[in-house]
Amino acid sequence: MSDFTSSFWPIFISAIVIGGIIFCLVVLFVTSKSHDPRHTGQSTGHVYDEDIVEMNNPMPRWWMWMFIITCIFGVAYLFLYPGLGTYKGAFGWTQVNQYEKEIKESNDRIAPIYAAFTAMKAEDVAQDAKAMAIGERLFMNNCSQCHGSDAHGSRGFPNLTDNDWLYGGAPEAIVESITNGRHGMMPPMAAAVGGPDDVKDVAQYVLSLSNSEHDVNRAALGKDKFTSCAACHGADGKGNQAIGAPNLTDDIWLHGAGEAAIIDRINNGKSNQMPAQGTRLTPEQIHVLAAYVWRFSNSTAAQ
Amino acid sequence: MSNNNVETFYDDYVIRKFTVMAVVWGVVGMLVGVLIAAQLAFPALNFDLAWFSFGRLRPLHTNAVIFAFGGSALFATSYYVVQRTSQVRLAFPLLARYTFWGYQAVILAAAISLPLGYTQGKEYAELEWPIDLLLLVVWVMYAFVFFGTIANRKIKHIYVANWFYGAFIIVVALLHIVNSAAIPSEWFRSYSAYSGVQDAMIQWWYGHNAVGFFLTAAFLGMMYYFVPKQAQRPVYSYRLSIVHFWGLIFTYMWAGSHHLHYTALPDWTQSVGMVLSLILLAPSWGGMINGMMTMSGAWHKLRDDPILRFMIVSLSFYGMSTFEGPMMAIKTVNALSHYTDWTVGHVHSGALGWVGFISMGSLYFLTPRLWGLKQMYSTKAIELHFWLATIGVVLYITAMWISGVTAGLMWRAINEDGTLTYTFVESVKAMHPFYVIRMIGGLMYVSGMIIMLWNVIKTVQMGQATPAKIPAVVAHA
Repeated sequence: MSDFTSSFWPIFISAIVIGGIIFCLVVLFVTSKSHDPRHTGQSTGHVYDEDIVEMNNPMPRWWMWMFIITCIFGVAYLFLYPGLGTYKGAFGWTQVNQYEKEIKESNDRIAPIYAAFTAMKAEDVAQDAKAMAIGERLFMNNCSQCHGSDAHGSRGFPNLTDNDWLYGGAPEAIVESITNGRHGMMPPMAAAVGGPDDVKDVAQYVLSLSNSEHDVNRAALGKDKFTSCAACHGADGKGNQAIGAPNLTDDIWLHGAGEAAIIDRINNGKSNQMPAQGTRLTPEQIHVLAAYVWRFSNSTAAQ
Repeated sequence: MSNNNVETFYDDYVIRKFTVMAVVWGVVGMLVGVLIAAQLAFPALNFDLAWFSFGRLRPLHTNAVIFAFGGSALFATSYYVVQRTSQVRLAFPLLARYTFWGYQAVILAAAISLPLGYTQGKEYAELEWPIDLLLLVVWVMYAFVFFGTIANRKIKHIYVANWFYGAFIIVVALLHIVNSAAIPSEWFRSYSAYSGVQDAMIQWWYGHNAVGFFLTAAFLGMMYYFVPKQAQRPVYSYRLSIVHFWGLIFTYMWAGSHHLHYTALPDWTQSVGMVLSLILLAPSWGGMINGMMTMSGAWHKLRDDPILRFMIVSLSFYGMSTFEGPMMAIKTVNALSHYTDWTVGHVHSGALGWVGFISMGSLYFLTPRLWGLKQMYSTKAIELHFWLATIGVVLYITAMWISGVTAGLMWRAINEDGTLTYTFVESVKAMHPFYVIRMIGGLMYVSGMIIMLWNVIKTVQMGQATPAKIPAVVAHA
């Protein structure tokens, strides 16, 4: 880590900071001592705009002390903490080591609380009231921003309470999703399918898979062209959890229902990402959180 | 209107214009402020219109109150003060007229371009490069007029008010040029000359010195003339003004990095900013002490002089916010206050309490004199303005303190399992009532300003623009 492009700048910075503090104090002392014998009484003799007279009363003592004390504090602080160029400070403090220390302290403090659940199977953790209270707090802090406080999700953000899983709903799959995130990628398929009419036919066929309202003739025409889609979504359109290809037969539409939305997906593809949480949460926390999420769609099993 | 040919009269022509426009822009800028305060409390008031949304109107509010209201008041008072304390007519009278029209053109361009979404994305420096260039030209003309007048002065010493106005003019030019440096890609689009953390540091070097030199030093210049004038008391201490002037000028320059505590900014830069922000406390208070002590002996006048009351309250808020500022610059305090409404409250205790009140007091002093009168059309209206503004500020600031500290404490509250006690939306909910109180406070403050506008219009109608004669220079030792 180098903040400076040459060894000149740290010296430059230090000289200006220390020199500036000394400058403040010198101005203070010299000015407080100065006494002009021509100044009768306390007046400077300056008169402006006919009636503004300038007195030369001494500066309040308490104020001078306040000035001096803040300067002394400043110098002491710059001795103890990094401030003067490349000088690290007597405490060796950095904001990064403060952060790491606090995170470690926090992790050490909470470890015993989570240790109780680590050995338990996720299905059992889901039945532990204390674990679920922690899970709820973890969810509200880290997941609700996208998936909603009720975990029902919204457009582009999956509903976690149903049994439709892009990458699988087993506790292990949920742990994987939370830890490393997920990146779903559907390439634009218009060229593979054919012209705009063909795209429309395929869209109608996709609608027919979930028994949604569709044009029977077009759906029949689209069936053949669906082979391009089957590579990921499967010949039966039930999707593939290994690569996160959605099930097209269940009438659940993450990126919008209806012909227009489907045509848009075929023409433009879709990239949708869930960020990894593994750097923010410990594996023990993720174990509890995964159980909490698993419980949404397995509440009867859990209770 | 002043007589151009007679060198024995002061040139108050543009001062009258700037005075009226300061009050007009004050009303406009504060109305926008109340509107965006209402939008924060009731988001439906954004009406899903891009140009009417908070994000577009917030920079319009800050630019209108700081640069249009504050700037016009500073042009008016600095031109007035520099002539009176130098006992000489304004230098380059034609340039002075151009500064008026040029500056108003900048404001107008801001009022149009900001709601349309043209911005450099730098806080308090949003204006795009063609407007920046126009502002630069205006500012250079301003410097010529101001320093030209100083050079022509008939009084040996340069009065302390002019030190502060002079520092303000020089430093604002420097800040503006450095921070607005950008590569234009087309009309009304440009890219900052800096990147990453350097860009952030330069922005806050600019941002904090805009506070230091535009909103502090320049208004101290105003204070140093209008307080002794209105109180009819001598300035307390010349040597105190020397020390606090140089202390302020040096330390402000280094304090900006306290806006970037606990960020990608290197540790040493943060420490330097914190230390010099703390040292800034005494130089800041020097101005308050000098103003307050100048008034001592005139306390009885506060009873029936609402103008003097504006001034004493402004100095009180100045002292309070310049104490609060260094405290908030301490890293551990900043860890709580940063990103909360505490910052908003702090800024407004300075802006509404100090800048607003000293400007209003000075403009109430100035207006009747510029139109050949002894006093404003209605003293009762000044009285009413004073109370509306005072209660408005107090409501505003206390609401933001409570809201800010509440949010800060909620954000850092941790359960024993390491999770946050409150979700973000819970802190937003806790802040909501204080957003409503803030809006009411702002509404009271702008009501006072509207009364002032009425009072100024009535005064102008009643009076007549009469040229003021330059008095003979008082001989002194």
